[in-house]
Amino acid sequence: MDLLNALVALANYVIVPATAYGAQLALGALGVTLVYGILRFSNFAHGDTMAFGTAVTILVTWLLQSFGIGFGPLPTALLALPFGILATVALVLGIDRGVYRFYRSQRAVPVILVIVSMGVMFIMNGLVRFLIGVQEQNFADGARFVMTAGDFKSMTGLAEGLALRSTQAITVIAAVIVVVALFWFLDRTRTGKSMRAYSDNEDLALLSGINPDRVVVVTWIIAATLATIAGVLYGLDKSFKPFTYFQLLLPIFASAIVGGLGNPLGAIAGGFVIAFSEVTLTYAWKKVLGYALPESLAPDGLMQFISTDYKYAVSFAILVIVLLFKPTGIFKGQSI
Amino acid sequence: MSGSGNGSNPFRERRGNRDRSITKSDEAGGTGFPSEDAGTSRPRSNGAADGDGPFLRARNMTGGYGSVDILQDCTIDADQGQISVIVGPNGAGKSTAMKAIFGMLKLRQGSVTIGGEDITALSPQARVAKGMAFVPQTSNVFPSMSVEENLEMGAFLREDDFRGTMEQVFELFPVLKEKRRQAAGELSGGQRQQVAVGRALMTRPRVLMLDEPTAGVSPIVMDELFDRIIEVARTGITILMVEQNARQALEIADKGYVLVQGANAHTDTGPALLADPEVRRTFLGGQ
Repeated sequence: MDLLNALVALANYVIVPATAYGAQLALGALGVTLVYGILRFSNFAHGDTMAFGTAVTILVTWLLQSFGIGFGPLPTALLALPFGILATVALVLGIDRGVYRFYRSQRAVPVILVIVSMGVMFIMNGLVRFLIGVQEQNFADGARFVMTAGDFKSMTGLAEGLALRSTQAITVIAAVIVVVALFWFLDRTRTGKSMRAYSDNEDLALLSGINPDRVVVVTWIIAATLATIAGVLYGLDKSFKPFTYFQLLLPIFASAIVGGLGNPLGAIAGGFVIAFSEVTLTYAWKKVLGYALPESLAPDGLMQFISTDYKYAVSFAILVIVLLFKPTGIFKGQSI
Repeated sequence: MSGSGNGSNPFRERRGNRDRSITKSDEAGGTGFPSEDAGTSRPRSNGAADGDGPFLRARNMTGGYGSVDILQDCTIDADQGQISVIVGPNGAGKSTAMKAIFGMLKLRQGSVTIGGEDITALSPQARVAKGMAFVPQTSNVFPSMSVEENLEMGAFLREDDFRGTMEQVFELFPVLKEKRRQAAGELSGGQRQQVAVGRALMTRPRVLMLDEPTAGVSPIVMDELFDRIIEVARTGITILMVEQNARQALEIADKGYVLVQGANAHTDTGPALLADPEVRRTFLGGQ
């Protein structure tokens, strides 16, 4: 019975939250990896693209709420999401026209594009703060839980509860839908194949008559869509704060690089690797170990490896280790 | 620091050669990217080339990288349905001549015509729409994509049903049909060359240009590949190739060009060149 309680506590505090967080990171990393694979630079503005999309979605959510429109048990933000996506796609395509296209026509080397994307990042940083302010926003409404800890306890009679918040369930379901749709698009459609071809061998893609401008536009549309969805899901699950989204850049890049930059499958795997490492290393294991170990071995301390304040150090450490020992990542991406 | 060629662009790396390559083609020649329907609407000439003379004519080409001319008044012709081979010692400008014909090198003088139409000013992509297909020596497949997808990408500009052409390619290279679900990057060198040639054929070209198709493959595979190239030529496609394996290539050549220092040294039919004592002594190594 004790081992069962340990398992439930582990699921409640580690597995469920890390899975939801991993799904959010995976969606973010997919956007980064697509831009890297096709446009050939690391897009540092991706975190702020997520913030912009989420900010617009929140504003539309408030508007809908003021009209009294809701989405039943689901968060209203899901209704507002398409507007957020549209606004983000428009912004990103505008930035591409105004900024990146110039550097592409100059055939700028990737490192220059990286710096350019940092400039874009700072501008978007300010834009988001103008739009919605610097404060933390909670915009999740609808049903809070799919299953509360109390429900679970009365159902199973265990001492430990297992809660499943609706935002966590929505995150995972949405992530699965988005990933399936993305892979279907890349593997089955003519445009998707032409994007992979362009990513594989640019010269040969041009020889085959693939229009690079079209590939670039479609890539940005997908990246902006993924960024907005990832941002909104993260904001629903936790909360929205522009600075947090800027900081998310590190675990997202770590995910993309750990999985293998330019490899979509790798981005997903990387997202979960980073999320699980972060959560397991910052979780206080006292409770789980207390159940799992004989009483004489029960720990006195919190059994927390590092404080949650240092959670970004985990991504950073994993990033450094991967770059040192396996620069192409788990799933053979491009090395940087 | 930026003494050479196009050192004026501050965004570009100052390393490597400064080819006017396929991706970097807007230096000369229009940016003219073929519109998506350009490939389907092009007229296909059957029978002999329009006008008189050879189908593909590259006349008096002079040009090179920067201020040095690699090609000196070089002339290459190819007749419809025939195989023309460019051979020559290392550094003779064989690949450069090929690149010039395909528009990857800026010419100071000379002209390139296809079926009587002057294409000297066109970019490589625009030449693809005119019916030229080019198989580069290296990086000539999409490594992470399956064999079938590679062929599909070759037919990207076509809006008609290309399955017939794909069947023809599979007939020509049966091994590709077997491995059509496998990633092209996992194939052997010879099989990869077959994918590359197959991809080029999917565009239904009028001229197929091959840059050292047998580089790095075993002699058996090489013979096999040459047999296939003869078959392709029999379907009426003009073939122009650069070859290191001069003897074998000249054996199948309707027309051979021996280049020395960027200029035409000998021009004749393949067998005649092989029999020419001068060519044998200076270039084919005696015997």
